[in-house]
Amino acid sequence: MSRRWPTASVEKVEGMQRCASQKLSGWGRYPVEECHVYRPEKRRALPAILESGLEQSYIPRGLGRSYGDAAINRDRGVIDYSRLNRMMSFDPDTGVLECEAGVSFAEILDAFVPRGFFLPVLTGTKFVTVGGAIANDVHGKNHHVDGTFGNFVESFTLMTATGEILTCSPESNGEVFWATVGGIGLTGIILGARIRLRRIETAYVLVDYLRAANIDAALSAIAASDAQYQYSVAWVDCLAKGASLGRSVLMRGNHAGRDELPSSLGEPLRIRPRWMKTIPFDLPGFTLNPLTIRAFNTMYYSIHRDSVRTPVEYDSYFCPLDSIHHWNRMYGRRGFVQYQATFPLSDGKGLIDLLERISRSSRASFLAVLKRMGPAGKGLLSYPCEGYTITLDIPMRGDLIAFLHELDRHVLDHGGRLYCAKDAAALPETFAEMYPGIEAFKQVKGRLDPHNRFSSSMARRLGLVPQ
Amino acid sequence: MEPSAIMQTTRGVVVLGATSAIARAAAIEFGRQGYAVVLAARDADEGVIVATDIRVRCNTKAEFIAFEATDYAGHASFFARCREILGEGLEGVVLGFGFLDDQKKAQKDPETARRTIDVNYTAAVSILELFAQFFEERKKGFIVGISSVAGDRGRQSNYLYGSAKAGLTAYLAGLRNRLYPAGVHVLTVKPGFVDTKMTFGMEGLFLVATPERVGKDICKAVARNRNIIYSPWFWHYIMLIIRHVPEIVFKRLRM
Repeated sequence: MSRRWPTASVEKVEGMQRCASQKLSGWGRYPVEECHVYRPEKRRALPAILESGLEQSYIPRGLGRSYGDAAINRDRGVIDYSRLNRMMSFDPDTGVLECEAGVSFAEILDAFVPRGFFLPVLTGTKFVTVGGAIANDVHGKNHHVDGTFGNFVESFTLMTATGEILTCSPESNGEVFWATVGGIGLTGIILGARIRLRRIETAYVLVDYLRAANIDAALSAIAASDAQYQYSVAWVDCLAKGASLGRSVLMRGNHAGRDELPSSLGEPLRIRPRWMKTIPFDLPGFTLNPLTIRAFNTMYYSIHRDSVRTPVEYDSYFCPLDSIHHWNRMYGRRGFVQYQATFPLSDGKGLIDLLERISRSSRASFLAVLKRMGPAGKGLLSYPCEGYTITLDIPMRGDLIAFLHELDRHVLDHGGRLYCAKDAAALPETFAEMYPGIEAFKQVKGRLDPHNRFSSSMARRLGLVPQ
Repeated sequence: MEPSAIMQTTRGVVVLGATSAIARAAAIEFGRQGYAVVLAARDADEGVIVATDIRVRCNTKAEFIAFEATDYAGHASFFARCREILGEGLEGVVLGFGFLDDQKKAQKDPETARRTIDVNYTAAVSILELFAQFFEERKKGFIVGISSVAGDRGRQSNYLYGSAKAGLTAYLAGLRNRLYPAGVHVLTVKPGFVDTKMTFGMEGLFLVATPERVGKDICKAVARNRNIIYSPWFWHYIMLIIRHVPEIVFKRLRM
């Protein structure tokens, strides 16, 4: 296609629907790129934007919680879907909620926890949209038991490049369904979805805390008893060395039943509003350095005592950082990369080596998180697969990309893979080797969107669409 | 669809211009507090979606009625319809519609200028008078008018919109004075920069608030019987300064 699309200085599409030229990034604030942002507030504005021919390509975006470049599109269109956030129906008998893709997890929890329903899969932040959760096929602390969010999607509607609206479910348009689940927005725009909520008796999780002196102790505790818990996650100290390498605090739990809570907690489906803190501006780059993080990690490890069946409000257990608005500003103006990789169960050594590399490099990372994952789902580009997944934040500095490529190579050598929702730097050949579903994905993409009207900075970087 | 009789027993509120982001946010807040909500807007497709959302999200009653602000002749029958749906429960109204076009365009095009004044002022007066009379007779109720900080002082960049909103602010003040003896509460809301369709992509905005924040402020102010609020609150101080710049200086500024 040699047709040239006029870009930039686009003022208006359909009345007051403006385009804003903005510097956008993911949550990690690296990379930052100029994008042309459209934010429809009415359903009919969406086809008007797509048909306007003003942009070479578009990528839908929710609340911008992907860390890297999944939801940015340099010098091209970004469709901010956050204002199409209306709920359409709810059936208390089946727990099926139908809503527009811009509805956030936070909104669903606010509306339905008091009625005794919970998200089937809850990410580490509730500030993600349903559309983003499908496009990244997100997982939560229950992946070892329940799998990914995609498992709980009954169906969704997808607007494709031709403007056609497809209703997709595992049964109908199944191929498109599994290309879109985990397909980082490249098959079209998810308009709305029907998702299955889970019944709960209380808004609390009964959490067992267990400290593990090093990574081996942590892995064996996880292997021994994760099956007893619906939710399981471990916090890992990435700076500890030697015999303490990978010392951890395991936090595992189950939804609390009504009669399992002390009556002092009051109405069991209500939680107290949290005190919200905000980081008002970028902290200086040196705020987080090996010294402060080592101090933090040591403190964190020592304040957590082993305990059983502690009632914890769902909010604090699942989304601890959500109470600090703009926590990403902690890493300063240059931002950070969140690195997440899964190693197969058979390869514990790969994981330990990775921890050693990070620990050696003194690239400070706190809040490293370890979790055992269950079997992979059917999404062609879905990240989760059986094994151990580790997540860590690494502050951006000049030589980081080369270091990340080294880590990527290491992950690949051990049969592991990276997560698109986090990635900001992987090379296309590395990615292709990690995701055997890539060819099947490209075929579906080629059929639905032969002219690549849906594209993103990530898609071009990873070679999912041509440059 | 016939509204259910249950709506008539719960307290209810009418939200005018319900497809605008601020009005919708306020409607959701009222819904959360258990109000039955009647949503009125010109755009029926979107209005029905917004009403459905409130039903599902807030587990409350919500109905949509088509409403054209400048169809003055239709105001009486619209009001009758609200009464029919909410019955004795009708307790409040939120005026949330407004119209802002480019100031330069409005200066050259009398139609745009007139529409700015008609929607923001004339239509507001016409519809609110009906509610005011009803609440006055019942000696109970509240009226929320969403005005704007733009009405606090005319500036070259948006004085047509601003002057219409200034008219609305003065009207609401008079209404408050009139209805006070009847125990009817009138709240004037002056939002600062809010992240809506009106402002999306505009340059030079600062301290932009979310519509949800303004919606929460409105509900809280109704519960607390406030007269005039700025939302977010610090706009009170920004406008205090702007209002007190001497005209001899102000006329020279580029604002």
